[in-house]
Amino acid sequence: MSPVLPRERLIVAIANLLDGVRHVAVGASSPIPAAGAMLRRALAEAADAPRVRISILGSVAHNFFTNGSAELFDCAGQGRIDAFFLGGGQIDGEANINLVGIGDYPQTKVRWPGSFGSAYLYFVVPRVILFREEHSPRVFVEKVDFVSAPGTSPEGVHRTGGPHALLTGMGQFSFDRERRRFRLTSVHPGHTLESIKAATGFAFDHDPVAAMTADPDARVLALLRGRVLDELAETYPEFARGLSAELAA
Amino acid sequence: MSTVLTLDAMARRVKPGMKLALPVDYAGVSMAMTRPLIAHGAGRLHVVCLPTGGMQPDMLIGAGLVETIETSAMTLGEAGGAPCFARAIAAGSIRIVDSTCPAVHAGFLAAQKGVPFATLRGLIGTDILAHRPDWKVIDNPFSETPDPIVAIPAIRPDVAIFHAPVADRDGNVWIGRRRELASLAYASEQTLVTVERIVDESLLSDERTAAGVIPALYVEAVAVAREGAKPLGLWGEYGPDMMEVARYAREARSEAGFRAFLDGADHALEAAR
Repeated sequence: MSPVLPRERLIVAIANLLDGVRHVAVGASSPIPAAGAMLRRALAEAADAPRVRISILGSVAHNFFTNGSAELFDCAGQGRIDAFFLGGGQIDGEANINLVGIGDYPQTKVRWPGSFGSAYLYFVVPRVILFREEHSPRVFVEKVDFVSAPGTSPEGVHRTGGPHALLTGMGQFSFDRERRRFRLTSVHPGHTLESIKAATGFAFDHDPVAAMTADPDARVLALLRGRVLDELAETYPEFARGLSAELAA
Repeated sequence: MSTVLTLDAMARRVKPGMKLALPVDYAGVSMAMTRPLIAHGAGRLHVVCLPTGGMQPDMLIGAGLVETIETSAMTLGEAGGAPCFARAIAAGSIRIVDSTCPAVHAGFLAAQKGVPFATLRGLIGTDILAHRPDWKVIDNPFSETPDPIVAIPAIRPDVAIFHAPVADRDGNVWIGRRRELASLAYASEQTLVTVERIVDESLLSDERTAAGVIPALYVEAVAVAREGAKPLGLWGEYGPDMMEVARYAREARSEAGFRAFLDGADHALEAAR
């Protein structure tokens, strides 16, 4: 079997973070989270575990909503969605995310699309996975320029959801909501604690010697390269083709 | 009974300064109306996107017709950022009213029900809320303990424009499961719909289509526009032409490029006529 690709590692990491969910939703233009959710569903089926439902926005085959684009939010508000993914042009050390822009609002010098549903979903989805492949000081900043959605909320504010983990191209972090700090939990092969520190604009907790991200076993990899890539091709044909080509090379 | 109009006559229903509501790119955008709206030239528009905006509002911004854009995002999807929007933000030539998807839905829902506001969780502690003086944090009157919650005022557009597969002779419009199109129609003063085709048999006569119909009661006028969502897609009919959307993303990066894109489309239209 060909060696594990970096993107496959991210897909497997997401599937692991989704262990135990009943319903996971995936936003538009998110092939890696979508693949991770599909892998979790396949793993649950193989283990005879409770069924995992997936709602992939932008997909026809993997989306059962019939009440327009409001249904995702209604569903989340009732606690019917266990996990969701958010990214950010900027993410800071307290897990605040910025999807709006850099500089003084509203005439920001860089303008990104906007906050989408983040200002709501971050509050009401229990397991929000922050996912950003690019791991650099311009993304992981000390303090975001604009808070699209805050990592934590003061006592008394309705908050049933929030950040569960941060996954990047270099490593994986957990988030402590009490202390409002990330903790590095594993380093992907090819990177080190030192290189991650250099690429991160905020301070984070870590063990003296950081653990390496484990390789997926052959069974998981076979599911990913078979069934999951087939399912993914419906929504993300380009991505699925690219990954297949990389595996064949 | 709704009126059947030409696209140009439909565009003339839009007056300067109106609040214009448009759907998200995948729900059924009446791209066929974009050119007539630009040719008509009613400006100072307040465009509200349910819940995000793409190519059509970007082109209206590029044409200088938009004073305010109220949306939770502006994006061309896989083709990248919305170029005219980005240029207008950098120049400070447009007022941006940032929102979040469910807040836009909440505003439309309040209008649909004829109530002054709807409440929404989340938002507290965001810079979105900090820049929305029209939103109020109120205390949940049913809670024993303090429970702040955000009140979103009703969004009542003057006009909504979208594209759907089919209407009947009475002006009933079939929207299937794209319920955000119903939200647009319920909340707006007048709703203008372009369709792929008009059928003779009433869409209400078959229960299987009736459940997905907006009755003519909410529809001011209908116009036929074959492939009227292109280059965007229309669910159940055709997919988006991402090459064409990407070409727009590329060419509209400069003011001159955007004008050239419009001119090129004009020549193509003339050639087709």
